[in-house]
Amino acid sequence: MTSLMSIAGPILMGAVFGYLLQQGKVTSCNVIENQFRLRDFTVLKVMGTAIVVGGIGVLLLVDTGNTKYYVKDANMLAVALGAALFGVGMVVYGYCPGTALGAIASGSVHAAVGAFGMIVGAILYALSFDWVKAHILNVWALGKVRLPDITGVPDGVWFAIGAGAFFFWVKASEAKARRAQS
Amino acid sequence: MTIMTDVVVGDARKSRRIDWSPYLVGAGIGILSWVAFAGFGDPLGVTTAFSRIASLFAAPVIGSEAVATNSYWKSMPLKWDYGVWFLVGIPLGAFLSAIISGTWRLELVPEVWKERFGPSVFKRFVAAFLGGIVIMYGARLAGGCTSGHGISGGLQLALSSWLFLAVMFVTGLVVSRLMFRKA
Repeated sequence: MTSLMSIAGPILMGAVFGYLLQQGKVTSCNVIENQFRLRDFTVLKVMGTAIVVGGIGVLLLVDTGNTKYYVKDANMLAVALGAALFGVGMVVYGYCPGTALGAIASGSVHAAVGAFGMIVGAILYALSFDWVKAHILNVWALGKVRLPDITGVPDGVWFAIGAGAFFFWVKASEAKARRAQS
Repeated sequence: MTIMTDVVVGDARKSRRIDWSPYLVGAGIGILSWVAFAGFGDPLGVTTAFSRIASLFAAPVIGSEAVATNSYWKSMPLKWDYGVWFLVGIPLGAFLSAIISGTWRLELVPEVWKERFGPSVFKRFVAAFLGGIVIMYGARLAGGCTSGHGISGGLQLALSSWLFLAVMFVTGLVVSRLMFRKA
């Protein structure tokens, strides 16, 4: 029973995630490219809402002792360089790794071709890992820190101000995009 | 018979658009995160499991000896854990949604790409392949992707993840502007 659950559980979680990605149209290369062209804000709306709804829930779950934080290391140079490469790759590929898996299943052949590229990318990283570890991962390594810890500004304030500013910016940008297209 | 086919095709065409609000979908992913954190102790993420699986493909290329002694795969060996099964679930769910909503379609070259770079399938495949290499290398260097850093890390207000989100988005804007600039 436990072993079945340890397989069926994550498959179900992944399936719900994939279902939501497809329902949210973010498995479409067009939608993703048009986000970076500031013509379609679907991607940011999905991510922003997931962060706020997920974040407030997880905050309460942590406060009530039902879970803990799983924060990734702030190796600032590695994260900055990696994120820059990721931004380049996302615009050229037209997908991110998760949405690509959904896109393949909904008929995108070029997403499947890119998935082989992703396998090559992962292999290249493994082969260069020793050098990266010695020269990049240890630069400005600040550990598993959270914004409330380093700023003293409490979680609730981040979510309230972040959500407000985000919503306002999306609405203003959408209005601007509409004016530009008409 | 013809009439029946017409009705079926007509219905399929009508239902080919999904009108779920992106806010609703985002909220759904947020709630899924609660379950991932509290129920499984394993936040949503894609690329960690992806590199475990990549070692399978690496073995025939660089030899299983090299894979076994590689320090990265030693820290992250192939095992059928939560993350790997999660990856298996993603295409299943997306496929289900695409079939039910009638949005499954074969796509060789997406519209936005066609408008800018023409209908060449070869050109698009080369770009997708190269883009795939760069995005995965970047994801592993940064320690996560749009899911692991962007959503799971973002919702924890992690410093690393917000640095990732900011740099990724700004770089994407710049590259997109260069790539889609009218020649």
